[in-house]
Amino acid sequence: MNALRVKIGGLEFDNPGMVASGIMDETGLSMVRMFSSGAGAVVSKSIGSLPNPGHPNPNFTEVPSGCINAMGLPNPGIDAFAEEMGIATPKGKVIGSIYAATPEEFAVLAGRMEDFGACAVELNLSCPHARGYGIEVGTDPVLVTKIVSAVKSTVSIPVWAKLTPNTHILTEIGKAVESGDGDAIVAINTLKAMIIAPEFGRPVLSNKIGGLSGEAIKPVGVRAVYDLRKAVSIPIIGVGGISDYRDALEYIMAGASAFQIGTAIMNRGPEIFRTINEDLMDFMERYGYRSMGDMVGVAND
Amino acid sequence: MTDIVTIKDVFAVNPYGKTFTFDWDAKVRPGQFIMVWAPGMDEIPLSLSSVDKEKSITFKTIGNDTRKLFNMKKGDELRIRGPYGNGYTLDRRKKTLVVGGGIGIAPLLPVIKMISADAVFAARDRQELEYSIPLAKEFCEKYWIATDDGSLGFHGNAVDLVREVMRDNRYDMIIACGPEIMLFFLHKYCIETGIDCQMSLERHMKCGCGLCGACMIDDQRVCVDGPVFTGDQIARMKDFGHCSRDASGTLVRFR
Repeated sequence: MNALRVKIGGLEFDNPGMVASGIMDETGLSMVRMFSSGAGAVVSKSIGSLPNPGHPNPNFTEVPSGCINAMGLPNPGIDAFAEEMGIATPKGKVIGSIYAATPEEFAVLAGRMEDFGACAVELNLSCPHARGYGIEVGTDPVLVTKIVSAVKSTVSIPVWAKLTPNTHILTEIGKAVESGDGDAIVAINTLKAMIIAPEFGRPVLSNKIGGLSGEAIKPVGVRAVYDLRKAVSIPIIGVGGISDYRDALEYIMAGASAFQIGTAIMNRGPEIFRTINEDLMDFMERYGYRSMGDMVGVAND
Repeated sequence: MTDIVTIKDVFAVNPYGKTFTFDWDAKVRPGQFIMVWAPGMDEIPLSLSSVDKEKSITFKTIGNDTRKLFNMKKGDELRIRGPYGNGYTLDRRKKTLVVGGGIGIAPLLPVIKMISADAVFAARDRQELEYSIPLAKEFCEKYWIATDDGSLGFHGNAVDLVREVMRDNRYDMIIACGPEIMLFFLHKYCIETGIDCQMSLERHMKCGCGLCGACMIDDQRVCVDGPVFTGDQIARMKDFGHCSRDASGTLVRFR
């Protein structure tokens, strides 16, 4: 499977598929299971300074061609997460996702993740349903540069920033990550969304607003990666609505060096990674691509 | 699948539990569950207590959400999604004993209806399980009752009664639902005596469909890989009978 190997900055992965943050990645053993299903890496649940139960149920619902969730960043807190990372990191590459309200808090959490054995950190600058976090710190380019710089000066592992599509200045934010010396951009997080039950005359989610994921958002994500590729020169990891190899290739050809999968695990199970890896190999052989790198951004050149 | 259903009938099963029936044309296997919500409560997982064209849920009040449900009436609407989970694997050729504890009796009622399994039903007292007896009478060849206070049937717990029953009866399969402490000792018994078993497990549930990882037991998702697990699967679970995770994912030890 050498053809599937990808390099993102100084990091190498056996294959380009990663588990997106928030999916099957809150416990050590769930991450281990995703490695054994063929994922090249797992991005952890977004971890904060303190335990957080998240928003009450209902915080998730299916909609045609996707899901809407407002989990509200549930996590056991950075201290308790040491044990989960201790179980997962000997078995594969874990990118530690973290969320915080200030550059200083991000830096502290990132340092802990490095101590726990994370191969990189992913800064959650994009969660659309948690007050004071995510999108609320991730749509101000000045603050984004400050956060990325603060983390960069604290850790020696690569720093990735996960961005939101809920903005008209996506490429400016991408450039802000680059000028903070960020190592890669992950795009996109979920799209702000709502579902109302007409019978009850009110929104279904306890948080009212959630984030749309799944097939429905793939064209939005592909466009975002395409635009970012033109604006920045650091690597991009594509995420949003990928459920088969052709979806993954759209992101790759728009300019992503690797991709992440979340919602599709619902219908296709953890085994989706193995299937996509095999299908990518077949595609590359048929169309004469010798490496993943050969395909990155071809639609953009 | 997401639907709004109307409560067709309400039956009090005891002073603190009710059954709601509703028409829902989804195909549901015994042991599968739905997520149930109405304004004023948090969405909660409930197993179906009837899986015919007319479905039902049976619950007891244990907190705010079930109290809100308890106060709902015929004609009120519920938002449900599902069915989720694997359900029990039923085989008429295997002589099957269902073992239900407390409110865990309810999801087993479709099993005894479908394959005429025999039953051990256990609860704190007579009042808690009396509603299940007419169905047991109708569909089981044999059934036994245990109560903690001795107010009906065997004076003791479900596992002790199963030991008694197995002296004179032979079963190929035990299918169980109930409090984890009951399942823990019943599982021990099944392993010791070499009887195959399937048990329905429970954890804090959020998405219900295999994404969020809130309901993990070891590396298994209760919502999709379960909620029904085989004796062999359970034997490999370190968390089973010992710890669960709260809404934040923090490990909470209880034994």
